[in-house]
Amino acid sequence: MKNKKPIFFIVFILIIAYAVSTVFGFKMQYGDLTTVYIKGMEDIRLGIDIQGGVDVTFAPADENVDATKEQLEAIQEVMKSRLISLGINDYEVYMDENNDKVIVRFPWQSGEENFDPESAVAELGDTAQLKFYAGYNYTSETKDDGTVVVTPKGEVVLEGSHIANAYPQPEMDKDGAYTGYYTTGLELTPEGKEAFKKATQAAVNKDAAYLDTTYTASTRYVISIWMDDECISSPTVQSVITDGNAMISGNMDYEEAKKLADKINGGALPFNLETQTFKTISPSMGSGALKAMMISGVIALILICAYMIILYRLPGTVASIALIGQVAGTLAVVSGWFGFNDSSTLTIPGIAGIILAIGMGVDCNIITAERIKEEMSVGKNLDSALKSAYKNSFSSILDGNMTVIIIAIILMGAFGVSDSFFAKMFSLIFKWFGVSTEGTIFSFGFTLLTGVFFNFIMGVLASRLMLTSLSQFKCFQNRKLYGGAEK
Amino acid sequence: MSKKKESLSSMAQNVKIRDFCGKRKIFLVISLCLIVLTLLASFIMGVRISIEFKGGTIATYSYEGTVSENDLQKLIADTIEADVTVQLGETFTGENTTSFTASFSLDKPFSAEMQDNLLKELNKQYPEGKITLLESNDIAPASGKVFFIKCIVAAIFAAIVLILYIAWRFKRISGWSAGVFAVVTLLHDLCIVFGAFVICGFEIDSVFMAVILTILGYSVNDTIVIYDRIRENQKLMPKAELTELVNISLSQTMRRTLRTSITTVGAMLVVTIVAAISGVSSILSFSIPLIAGMTAGCYSSLCVAPMLWVTWKTRKKKA
Repeated sequence: MKNKKPIFFIVFILIIAYAVSTVFGFKMQYGDLTTVYIKGMEDIRLGIDIQGGVDVTFAPADENVDATKEQLEAIQEVMKSRLISLGINDYEVYMDENNDKVIVRFPWQSGEENFDPESAVAELGDTAQLKFYAGYNYTSETKDDGTVVVTPKGEVVLEGSHIANAYPQPEMDKDGAYTGYYTTGLELTPEGKEAFKKATQAAVNKDAAYLDTTYTASTRYVISIWMDDECISSPTVQSVITDGNAMISGNMDYEEAKKLADKINGGALPFNLETQTFKTISPSMGSGALKAMMISGVIALILICAYMIILYRLPGTVASIALIGQVAGTLAVVSGWFGFNDSSTLTIPGIAGIILAIGMGVDCNIITAERIKEEMSVGKNLDSALKSAYKNSFSSILDGNMTVIIIAIILMGAFGVSDSFFAKMFSLIFKWFGVSTEGTIFSFGFTLLTGVFFNFIMGVLASRLMLTSLSQFKCFQNRKLYGGAEK
Repeated sequence: MSKKKESLSSMAQNVKIRDFCGKRKIFLVISLCLIVLTLLASFIMGVRISIEFKGGTIATYSYEGTVSENDLQKLIADTIEADVTVQLGETFTGENTTSFTASFSLDKPFSAEMQDNLLKELNKQYPEGKITLLESNDIAPASGKVFFIKCIVAAIFAAIVLILYIAWRFKRISGWSAGVFAVVTLLHDLCIVFGAFVICGFEIDSVFMAVILTILGYSVNDTIVIYDRIRENQKLMPKAELTELVNISLSQTMRRTLRTSITTVGAMLVVTIVAAISGVSSILSFSIPLIAGMTAGCYSSLCVAPMLWVTWKTRKKKA
């Protein structure tokens, strides 16, 4: 048998280093600039329920608009998909049918640097009506306050509702070489395809309506693309497009092309909205909720570790180290420690997911420790007792955790963003519910899945490595340390 | 094989074999009583549904000076006779004013008369506060029918996948019936969680969803661990009576089931105590039903799921 003694120290040091970096993060201060290398606990975005946020009331900009219930519901849906594309998964969107108002709440903490609530609110309130006009024609009017309002003129040949899907794609030049820019590709609906074919045909035939009139002596026959009152592109029509694919180019980078695509996919508001009130709100669970949760979390973790160590001695000690690793691992994913995933918002259901996963972790360690005792009681020596205990306890740990994973994945698929991986997996079942996402339930599934994943790594793998390594030391070969009787 | 058999019987000798199956009628009667109690409580006491699912009123008031979130909550709740969430805030735009928002859901509309009355009470409590109503919105449920139906579909789908998984993994001990009874037990536990919410007078809101989902996970896991032991023992002593097999398996796993539950319930007790001491009553609506659900899950995995399964299997044999 190879020397396994150093394994314990390697695993132990890795877990502790990991836990410490998860809690404190790693930051460097250069003058006024702080560079975050590793995100710590304080970088975790917390939900409205535990940290509070902002509350915005939108109302139709035009007082004469009397919104129907269907219009308000449409606004609600558009707001939700916009919030999600802004990376806000925890939100509340309410509508007031009597007063024609839509109230949006999302988490925000003053002093948060990488998130600007005012620009987020501005984006939410955008009408985002995408229209393709024949030709390039507009009137402009200077208002009293000096702002210039531009209104496109001409026949609308294509609208947002004609677009089935928009997506960012790299821009190619005529020879098929990448230009370094991105475009927003548009996939049209069947009606859109017909309309676009007709329009491009007319432009190719040099229909006067399609002439670019922004400068004199123009010979360009164009279709101009407008987002509300801004012309984002006015390409010259080169040929008739019959395949129902269009694109918007304009020297955009990936982010810009993606943003435009999200905006188009999110849909347009039926009328202009204005921000009526915009205020901060304290956590809905009460101001003390976060502190109380943190204090009780720490106390509970200490008590669990003490209980495990008293009950199971050496395996209990190893289990405690593994548990700390599991908690750290889950928090690290939530805070965005790994870099490949964005930090997600932690809400009360999210914390419930972590609690369940920790419970599974405790359970996994208790099952194994009980099994070690049992195997030793039938007279096996330490080595083979450990081996068969790990072997025999694995099936129940696997099945228990697999069922929980099944639940987590179904929740993420049913209540997550509709273009996510899990949502696509179950799209046959849930697609007819529309885009209604429920960020809080998704957050539960997410933390649960992560927690159970770390349960396999820490509770199953790491604790096994540590315990088998420790059992090689002479001083740890006393059977009493494993809960067995003296031989 | 013979060596294994021997080891099992000696292993079984180490734990006291309790006659679970003999008491199965008592267990099932206790469970039925709990379910009936839940149903009675929800009819008599009524189920309180939160603003997210039912709709209601969000009223915003401006104030000066300082106010206490908890005092406001109590005052408003007493005046309008409903559960209220009060959130303090500050407006962004225009002159910065301090404000608080009260969200509640009434059975009747929030009339002008009630508005006046509430404002009067508020100003009586805070004479210096100059409290005025900024806006009052009657809102439709944020998560309405579609959300509810989606939850049901997701739950049915999850139940089917769970039964399929258990049926496959526990082929040896006729997994189909085991899977179905695991799901039945799950419903039993969820019913008790619901009962805890109703009896404590907590609102059905997103916290309720979180608790339900958590118990779902615990309950299934607890049941699976016991099925796993039955599966293993069945392999070791294929000729044993079913009731004997279940009794031995339950006795062997009981310590693990209890200890795991003590740990998780203990952790939730800590949360409950800390929340009660620091006066954050909202956390109690999370921790107390979790304790109820975890206890129910522990009980049902030992005394409901295997008992139902044994009853089903022995009845089939007789027929």
